[in-house]
Amino acid sequence: MFRVTDKPINLDELIRYVTDPEAGAIVPFIGTTRNNNEGRKVIALDYDAYPEMAEKELARIGADAAKKWPICRMAIVHRLGPVQIGEASVIIVVSSAHRDAAFAASRFAIEEIKKTVPIWKKEVFEGGEVWIGTQTGQPLKTD
Amino acid sequence: MNVRIKFFAILRERAGVAEASKDIDAGSSVADLWRQLQKDYPKLDVPGIRLLYAVNQNYVGLDHKLNENDEVVFVPPVSGG
Repeated sequence: MFRVTDKPINLDELIRYVTDPEAGAIVPFIGTTRNNNEGRKVIALDYDAYPEMAEKELARIGADAAKKWPICRMAIVHRLGPVQIGEASVIIVVSSAHRDAAFAASRFAIEEIKKTVPIWKKEVFEGGEVWIGTQTGQPLKTD
Repeated sequence: MNVRIKFFAILRERAGVAEASKDIDAGSSVADLWRQLQKDYPKLDVPGIRLLYAVNQNYVGLDHKLNENDEVVFVPPVSGG
């Protein structure tokens, strides 16, 4: 399951989705929105995406992970729109026969998401807002 | 020929529109289209920005040749997670 959604992500649903009688491990990763970044006090985050391509890229990451490690099933769901502090912005759940594969695939997936999936985070902080961009290594100021 | 462009995140704010269509010469590349769009939307030029380029939802290079009715997206630095 590889999706973007503007609703809160349901962890239980994803765990049910990856549950597999052949699996001996289920690893969930939950990315949450933090109240501070680079010294700024963050009030909220707002995610934008190119949804059709984002879901395609998430599925590509899942397929790549399945080639690299013997995983059973994988689900990645990324939240879009406004996300309050402390809420889940992304959840990755992986099942595998043995735990090493699920841990490795989960780590791979979150790192890839940050590199290639067309999703953008706008940080609303006290005194302004900024689009966060990892390719330049620093926030880009909007004017 | 005509191509469709979608703008997201900082580029949507800079362009002031989410979508556009543009008539371009046959054989134009992604780079050619980007140069022409800068004339239509002068604020698209964000200093220091590093873009990726997607045509019909696949990443391509700047020299990729466009076809009629392609959907082109200039991908600003992604920051999911």
